[in-house]
Amino acid sequence: MTDAFPPDTVRCDACPVLCYIKRGQAGACDRYANDEGQLVRVDPHILLDRAKSQGTPLVPFLERDSPWNGPLLAPRETFVTAIGAGTTYPDYKPAPFIVSSEVEGVDMVTVVTEGIFSYCGVKLKIDTDRHLGPERNLVRVEGEPVGHVTTAEYGSQMLSIGGVHHLTGGTKSEGRVTCETLLDLCNGKEVALTIDGGATIAVAAGLPPTVNGQREQRMRVGCGSATIGMFAKQWFGKVDEVVVVDDHITGVLSEHQAGKMLGLRETGIVIDGRRSTPGRYFQVARPGTGWGGTDISDPLSILKAFKPKLAWPGLRLLMVSTTGENFAFYELDEALRPREKELPTTLQESVERIRENCEPALTTVLFMAGAGGSLRAGVTENPVKLTNSVKQSLTRVTSGGAPAYIWPGGGITFMVDVSRMPENAFGYVPTPAIVAPIEFTLKKSDYASLGGHMDSIRPLEEVLREKERRRQVGSSPQNPWPLRPPSRGSQE
Amino acid sequence: MRDPATIRLLPDGHRLHLNDGPIDLIIEANGERGAIRAAYEAAARRFVTILDELCAELPLLRRRATPCSLQPRGPIARIMAGAVAPYCERQFVTPMAAVAGAVAEAMLDEMSRATELDRAYVNNGGDIAFHLSPGYCYTLGMIERPDLPRLIGSVEISASSPVRGAATSGWRGRSFSLGIADAVTVLGATAAQADAAATIIANAVDLPGHPAVTRVAANEVAPDSDLGAIAVTRNVGSLAGHEIEKALKNGVKVAEELRARKLIHSAALCLQSHVRVVADRPVGARFCKDGFKEPRATARGDHTVSGRSFYHA
Repeated sequence: MTDAFPPDTVRCDACPVLCYIKRGQAGACDRYANDEGQLVRVDPHILLDRAKSQGTPLVPFLERDSPWNGPLLAPRETFVTAIGAGTTYPDYKPAPFIVSSEVEGVDMVTVVTEGIFSYCGVKLKIDTDRHLGPERNLVRVEGEPVGHVTTAEYGSQMLSIGGVHHLTGGTKSEGRVTCETLLDLCNGKEVALTIDGGATIAVAAGLPPTVNGQREQRMRVGCGSATIGMFAKQWFGKVDEVVVVDDHITGVLSEHQAGKMLGLRETGIVIDGRRSTPGRYFQVARPGTGWGGTDISDPLSILKAFKPKLAWPGLRLLMVSTTGENFAFYELDEALRPREKELPTTLQESVERIRENCEPALTTVLFMAGAGGSLRAGVTENPVKLTNSVKQSLTRVTSGGAPAYIWPGGGITFMVDVSRMPENAFGYVPTPAIVAPIEFTLKKSDYASLGGHMDSIRPLEEVLREKERRRQVGSSPQNPWPLRPPSRGSQE
Repeated sequence: MRDPATIRLLPDGHRLHLNDGPIDLIIEANGERGAIRAAYEAAARRFVTILDELCAELPLLRRRATPCSLQPRGPIARIMAGAVAPYCERQFVTPMAAVAGAVAEAMLDEMSRATELDRAYVNNGGDIAFHLSPGYCYTLGMIERPDLPRLIGSVEISASSPVRGAATSGWRGRSFSLGIADAVTVLGATAAQADAAATIIANAVDLPGHPAVTRVAANEVAPDSDLGAIAVTRNVGSLAGHEIEKALKNGVKVAEELRARKLIHSAALCLQSHVRVVADRPVGARFCKDGFKEPRATARGDHTVSGRSFYHA
């Protein structure tokens, strides 16, 4: 069919319009063009800019329509990410960008491609002690199963969302909802999840989770009993009794093993709850938004009258929540009734210390996926060599410039913290599957030896010269610069 | 290699960006949170089938429309054919002249049928379909030259106006024009009608045979263009004031006629910084020549769109 047109006309197969594009012209979409007889993509494509990384958050640096008079930075300070780069899928052909640059005297190559992942999902770590639902129960969005509750970690509940069985193994609707959920989570959007036999939560990467409508503030440093154990020494001599109010286990210093070890005197305190072991009480109140995850606002409501035989007037009592956010100090009057007093400065420090030790409660989203055959074939003619090179740490794998952790064992299965990637780095295809950026950076000599597409390598300067439709963003300051030459045997 | 469709929210978290081949849509809906989500979901679901639907009939859609043309099968293709039908007897036009507006219209229809929205728009590269509930309005900014984006005026569209579509055509746009207008912006009852009319009026803003105008056969530039060997405008040199007025007058004559036939609501014709407006007495929609007002930051927030790019003259 091309016979009807001049020999340098190309037919673009990027979409069903199948435009014939003449030399120097672009197709109907303005995204593909005929450059010297070659079909090239001219889309916005994200570059990481190292000089912008000095403490600046990730913000778009140059929009595509802004004027930009040539590179403002030395080219080696720029890393070409795979966001918007296009893919090799489903054909066997070189990755869309194979970029060479010299770093610290070493010739480096970065192979840049977007991967279309059916085998992918996210692991959610939700910092809360609240019960989100029984392990193995389904997590749903709009009624569709999108994942499940997996093994809890210390101070955090863990969910596994997505995966090939939800994406393509269930109904069409299950696949679509799963895909949208993954995309939203990866792009930092808030997502509402309901757990069978459990809670309804709203989570977004890097933000505190909301559980049943309540936003979490801080992770407690430990349960009430653990808090007693950790701070007993600091309280010794400054106060006669401490109660750490907690929805799970409320701790009482004088009865607790830690208090006994320090030789604390019995105080005659009586807790209105179910005693577990000495100094540890269950169910002092109902769960709620009050002190230590209970529904109480007046801590004295969990105390009964002090035993007159043991208590004494002037007894000093500190009541504090597991996060140190709530506290009150009392002294017993002649009738052995607690009277609230100002917190002595000697105790302020210990309350402050509890608070300091409670980290902000966050939701973290790790994207996890496996690089399949055609993706690897876009990097090298001998895909297994790429796997080996990655395993030997000769090839660094990044996703949108963020470091990726590579699972040991076969294949290239990686995990990346989505909050370290530029915004909106993920896309999707209606298959449904997730489109994520992936970059492989290695020494040019190593690239040649693993059968790389050496003919497709273009110098970074040349890629930067195509200044149209590139977007530069600052690199996240917490990420190592992806272009450092790797040293044998070191793992990120 | 078929590129996958892009379906994403823009970084502002409000607007939806859909891209598939040459179709590039920016969508924004206002209303209840759940309604917005439902509208965007409906939009995304409809979107992924559009390009295939159109391409299945592409040869027919690229052929000159005549009163006895075959009726296309696809719903969007039918909107396209309907929008160009009023012109096909007297001039060369193909249904592709209304493709951008028809896609915008069909997408908007899908969203407003899915849920209740306060207002919404689908912007298909400058060809825009609106939905407005009573009491809501949009303000559009107009741009004469996509390569030098600068607002040359604004137009307010309120719910009480019959206008639900806007489109811009000109030789500087992404697709071909037979005329020399930098931009002709048309308001119409539907986006597809506005799209077809903008094409027709922009074609009429012309100075046949003028030496400052460079014309090239469409298929010299794009081998598969629906315009075949018809000469399309590739460059317009500097024109004298009276020449500009003459060219605009040619366009205004056609625009007046289309307005009389109730095919358009109003139009603004731009050529080398000269602007002519064809409009009735303002009925909820009016062009404000020169002097664009600062957008008001209200809950019903105004917004600006550019009249960039069309798929066909």
